[in-house]
Amino acid sequence: MNGSIGLIHYLIVAAILFTMGVLGIFLNRKNLIVILMAIELILLAVNINLVAFSAALHDLVGQVFAMFVLTVAAGEAAIGLAILVIYFRGRGTIAVDDVNRMKG
Amino acid sequence: MIQAFAFYLFAIVVIVSAAMTISSRNPVHSVMWLILAFFNAAGLMVLVGAEFIAMLLVIVYVGAVAVLFLFVVMMLDIDFTEMRAGIARYFGIGLALAVALAAEVMVAIGAWSAGSINLSRRVAPTDAAVPNIQAMGELLYTRYLFVFEGAGLVLLVAMIGAIVLTHRERGGTRYQNIARQNQRRPQDATRNTQPAIGQGVEL
Repeated sequence: MNGSIGLIHYLIVAAILFTMGVLGIFLNRKNLIVILMAIELILLAVNINLVAFSAALHDLVGQVFAMFVLTVAAGEAAIGLAILVIYFRGRGTIAVDDVNRMKG
Repeated sequence: MIQAFAFYLFAIVVIVSAAMTISSRNPVHSVMWLILAFFNAAGLMVLVGAEFIAMLLVIVYVGAVAVLFLFVVMMLDIDFTEMRAGIARYFGIGLALAVALAAEVMVAIGAWSAGSINLSRRVAPTDAAVPNIQAMGELLYTRYLFVFEGAGLVLLVAMIGAIVLTHRERGGTRYQNIARQNQRRPQDATRNTQPAIGQGVEL
């Protein structure tokens, strides 16, 4: 990293992004699609942290693990959206306030 | 100087588009803001020297995940206006929790940068002469080979799981049954008749 921009700047951006993701889960309690997008934002914040530390410590392992986080995020999005589609087929809504009725 | 300018540009756009993602009324707009956030996060990662992860973000997220979200948003016929109903109820506690969480993370960053924590030795020190992608590949296919294979397995399971979950048999459609087609012989499919004149054939 060069110039006046250091590790701390990246960590603060990632912290704000993570907080935005958590806030998004709280704000859109009914809308499962936006909740999934908020989870993607949280994972993006984690990735920014991993890459920033990797660059600051001159160690490449952080970027490798960022790639694994990316893989898991992609799989999670696919499975989450598949569950959302079958949930919508069964109930005609994606409001997740009453998912506790989903049994079996 | 130019690095600082680029960093602040990307950082501000990332945060603004994240805020718009979670607060947008229309989920299609949310997906668009999410795409913008990922593009700018990729810019941040280019700035820090991780080109491979940046390209992966653009390809995987913008090219695949965001389009998947867009498909699902457009495929489901959902009334999104009534979905915004509870937003005012949860805004206070959500904001309080978010502020508390942000403060905690900042305190943790401050504690870390105070320098009291010893870091372990480097596992894979970066070499300035080796390009980022080459160094990543050399690490992935040697030290992290089995973890890499495991990541591939995770993707395979996710794919099969998504197909199994969303697949359904539709009633009323006709499928090709090749075994039945091959069993069919001319003698059970055709017959010769000699109808009386003016009567036609009874099938």
